Amino acid sequence: MSNKSVTRRGVLKTGAVAGAGVALPTIFTASSAAAYTNEPTGGSVTLGFNVPQTGPYADEGNDELLAQQLAVEHLNGEGDGGCLNTFTSKALQGNGILGKKVEFVTGDTQTKSDAARASAKSMIEKDGAIMINGGSSSGVAVAVQGLCQEAGVIFMAGLTHANDTTGKDKKANGFRHFFNAYMSGAALAPVLANAYGKERRAYHLTADYNWGWTQEESIVASTEALGWETVNTVKTPLASTDFSSYIAPVLNSGADVLVLNHYGGNMVNSLTNAIQFGLLDKQANGKDFAIVVPLYSELMAAGAGENIKGVLGSMNWNWQLQDEGSKAFVKSFGEKYGKPPSNSAQTCYAQVLLYADACERAGTFNPCGVVEALEGFEFDGLGNGPTLYRADDHQCFKDVLVVKGNESPTNAYDTLEIVEVTPVEQVTYAPDHPMFSGGDLGQCNPGA
Amino acid sequence: MLGLNKKDTSLLIIVAILTLLAPFILNPFPAGSAMAQFNAGYPDLMQRFVIFGIFAIGFNILFGLTGYLSFGHAAFLGVGSYSAVWMFKLLSYNVIPAIALSVVVAGLFSLLIGYVSLRRSGIYFSILTLAFAQMSFALAYSVLSNPKFNLTNGETGLQVYADDPQILQGANSPDLPHLFGLPMRSTYTLEVGAWSFDFNAGYYLCAVIMMAVFYLAIRIFRSPFGMMLRAVKSNQQRMNYTGLNSKPYTLAAFVISGMYAGLAGGLMAAMDPLAGAERMQWTASGEVVLMTILGGTGTLIGPVLGAGFIKYFENIFSKINDNVLHGWFSFLPDGMEDAMVFIVHPFIGKGWHLTLGILFMLVVIFLPGGLVEGGQRLLNWVRGRRSGADDKTAGKTEPAE
Repeated sequence: MSNKSVTRRGVLKTGAVAGAGVALPTIFTASSAAAYTNEPTGGSVTLGFNVPQTGPYADEGNDELLAQQLAVEHLNGEGDGGCLNTFTSKALQGNGILGKKVEFVTGDTQTKSDAARASAKSMIEKDGAIMINGGSSSGVAVAVQGLCQEAGVIFMAGLTHANDTTGKDKKANGFRHFFNAYMSGAALAPVLANAYGKERRAYHLTADYNWGWTQEESIVASTEALGWETVNTVKTPLASTDFSSYIAPVLNSGADVLVLNHYGGNMVNSLTNAIQFGLLDKQANGKDFAIVVPLYSELMAAGAGENIKGVLGSMNWNWQLQDEGSKAFVKSFGEKYGKPPSNSAQTCYAQVLLYADACERAGTFNPCGVVEALEGFEFDGLGNGPTLYRADDHQCFKDVLVVKGNESPTNAYDTLEIVEVTPVEQVTYAPDHPMFSGGDLGQCNPGA
Repeated sequence: MLGLNKKDTSLLIIVAILTLLAPFILNPFPAGSAMAQFNAGYPDLMQRFVIFGIFAIGFNILFGLTGYLSFGHAAFLGVGSYSAVWMFKLLSYNVIPAIALSVVVAGLFSLLIGYVSLRRSGIYFSILTLAFAQMSFALAYSVLSNPKFNLTNGETGLQVYADDPQILQGANSPDLPHLFGLPMRSTYTLEVGAWSFDFNAGYYLCAVIMMAVFYLAIRIFRSPFGMMLRAVKSNQQRMNYTGLNSKPYTLAAFVISGMYAGLAGGLMAAMDPLAGAERMQWTASGEVVLMTILGGTGTLIGPVLGAGFIKYFENIFSKINDNVLHGWFSFLPDGMEDAMVFIVHPFIGKGWHLTLGILFMLVVIFLPGGLVEGGQRLLNWVRGRRSGADDKTAGKTEPAE
C-alpha cells in the first residue's frame, strides 16, 4: 500500500527540513549581554533562601529563615545592625550590598535533594537570585551545591555536617561555615577521655545514610586514637521511629558507651529509647554506662527533654556564648522573635553577612570575584571567634563547642550547657586528609 | 492524518500548539509586575510540566485502560534517572544514550515487577507494587550506596564527578548534558516590551518527545490492543471465560507504562544531571495517581493537564511567602492587612498541600471525570447557550425504544 519511491522533490524537501532542524539550535546559543548569571541591573539584588519548610527538619528551616530575614534587615540598615557592628570587616555600610537594596525569595527544600534543586532552580531562573543560602541536610547541601556550580551562582551552605560537603563533593562556588563530622570527633575525643577515661568500649548506632557514615567514621577514628575499643557499629534505617530492637543488644554486647550518630527526630527517639531501657543507670565492665550524641542542636535538645541530662555532644555555636558577636546577634534575634536563635540560624545569618561582605570587598556580584574575596578570608565578630575560610576546600575553621545536656535547666532554652570551647588548632586537618580526599574544587563558574 | 481520525488529529494539533507556544502561554504577566509571581514560563518548571506529563500519560495507559492501580510507578522513574546519570558518568554528557538506556532499563525492571505483581489484581496488585517501589527506594537510599558498592550515592543523589571515565566525552563538548553540542541548559530570552519569554533547549527536547509519546498513546488507545485493555477493565473474568488469556495484555500495558516512566526519569536526569532516591518514594508514586485522577482517568489529555496543575501548585504557590502577601494587601489599613495575611497564610507557602488537597476534593466530588469533564461541561454550556436560544427542542431526544 505504501509508496516508498524517492523523488527529487522529496529529497529536497527532506533536506531543507533537516537543514532547518540543524540550524535551529544556534538561535538558543546566542550569547547574552550579562557577564554572569543573574547580574543585578536595577536598584536591588535578590538573594535566594532555600530552607526546609516542611518535612523532618522544618523547625530548623524556619529558624534559619528568621535569621536570614534578620540578616537582610541588617544589610539594608534597618533594625539595630546586629553583627554589622562587631564584624571585623567594615566593608558593609548598612546600605544594602554595593548600594543595591537587598531583597530575598524563599524556597522549600522539603529535605529532599530533588525538591531542593527544583526550588533553587526556580529561584535562579525565575526570580533572578544571585546566590542560594541555607538548608538543613548534607545530602541537600551537596545536591544544591552541585546545581549552583553548574548554574554559576554562589552557594552558602547552612546546616551541613557531613565531611563530604567540603570533601569529595566540594565545589568552587560552594562555601561552608558550619563545622563537620571530623571536627566533632576531634573536639569530643579529649573531653570524652576526661569524662570517661581511656579504656572504654563503644557501641555505635548510625543513621544509615551519607552523613551517618562520615560521622561514624570520624568518631570511631578519634576515639580509637584515645585507646577506646569499638565493639560494634550498627546502621539503622533513617525512617525508623522505634529503636528498642537496636538498643536491646547493646546491653549484652560488653560495651559501656553508646554513641548515637543520629540527628533530628531519629536522635530524639533513639535517645528516649535508650533512657527507657535504663542504660544510664546500668554498669558495664565496672564502669557507669554513658551515652554520647556527637552532633547536638537546640531543637533536638528541646525534643528530647529530660533525657539529655548529662549527655555529651558538640555544636557549631550556642546562644550562651559571651563574645561580642554572639551577644549582638542573640540580642537582635531575641528582640525581634522573642527567643534565642539556634546554631543553624546563626550559621545562616553569618553566611549572608559573609557573602554580602565578600561582594563589597570584591566590588562585584560576579561569583568569581566573590570566590576570590572569600578564599583565605580571616574574620572575627560573627560569634565563633577568629575564623578562617580556607581556600583549599572552602571550609571555615573556628573553635568547636563541646556541650552537655543541662542537669538543671532554668528555662525552656537553657537545655544545653557549654563544657568546653575546643580551640581551632585542635580541629584543623590537612586539606588532603583521607576522610576528605577524592574531590576537586574545579574552577569558579560565573555562568552566562 | 498519521492514521488518526479527525478528532484525534485535532487533539494532537492542539497539544502540539500548546506545548510549542508554552513559553508565551505560561508567561502572561510582564516580568516586573506584581502578577509576575504567577508566571510559570521559566525553563525548570516548563520542563517539569512536560516530563510529568509523559509520566502521567504512561501511567494512564495502565490505570486508565486496564484499571490496574499501580502505587509504585515512581520506582521506574527513579530507575530511569539512575541509568541516565550512569550513562553520563560512563559514556558522555550526550543525552541520547542516557535517555535510550533509561527506557530500556525501566522496561526490564517493570517486566520483572509486573510479572510478579500481575499475579494478583485489585488492591493486592496495588499493595504489591507499593511494596516493590518502597523496596527500591530503600535500596537506593541506603543499601546500594554503601562505600564498597556505590550504585546510587544514597541521600545525596547520584551525580557526575570530574574523575568519572566519560569515555566518549570529547575535549570540546560541553561539561553538562547536551544534545550533540547543544547544552540542555541554554536558554534564549526574548524581550518584548515589559514581557520576557524564555526559550530553553531542554524544554523543546522534552516537548518534542512528549508529542511523540502522546501520539503513541493515541495510537495505543485506538488500537485493538487498547480495546483488549479496556475489556480487562470492564470485566476481566468474563474475558478469561471466553478463553482469552488476559495476562500478556496487562503485562504489556504494565511494561509500556513502565517505559514511559523510565523515559520521564531519563529526561529529568538529562535536564538536571542528578538522580535522588526521593523520586522513588511512595509520595512520588501517589503524586502520579493524583495527576491522573485530577486530570481525568482514561482520557488522553487529562493526565497531562493534571500533571501541569499539580506542578504549578507545587512550584508557584509554595513560593508565596508572608512578605509577598503583605505586598498584595498593603493597600488595606494596617489591622485589616495583618488579618488578611493571617487568613491567607495557611493556604500558601508551605501550606500549598492544603490548597491542592481542597481543590482535589472539589474536583473528585463535583467533577468525577476530572478537569477534562470540567472542560466538556463548560463547552456544552457555551454551546447550549449559543444554540439553545433559538432551538429548545434540539436538545431533547426521543427514546429509541
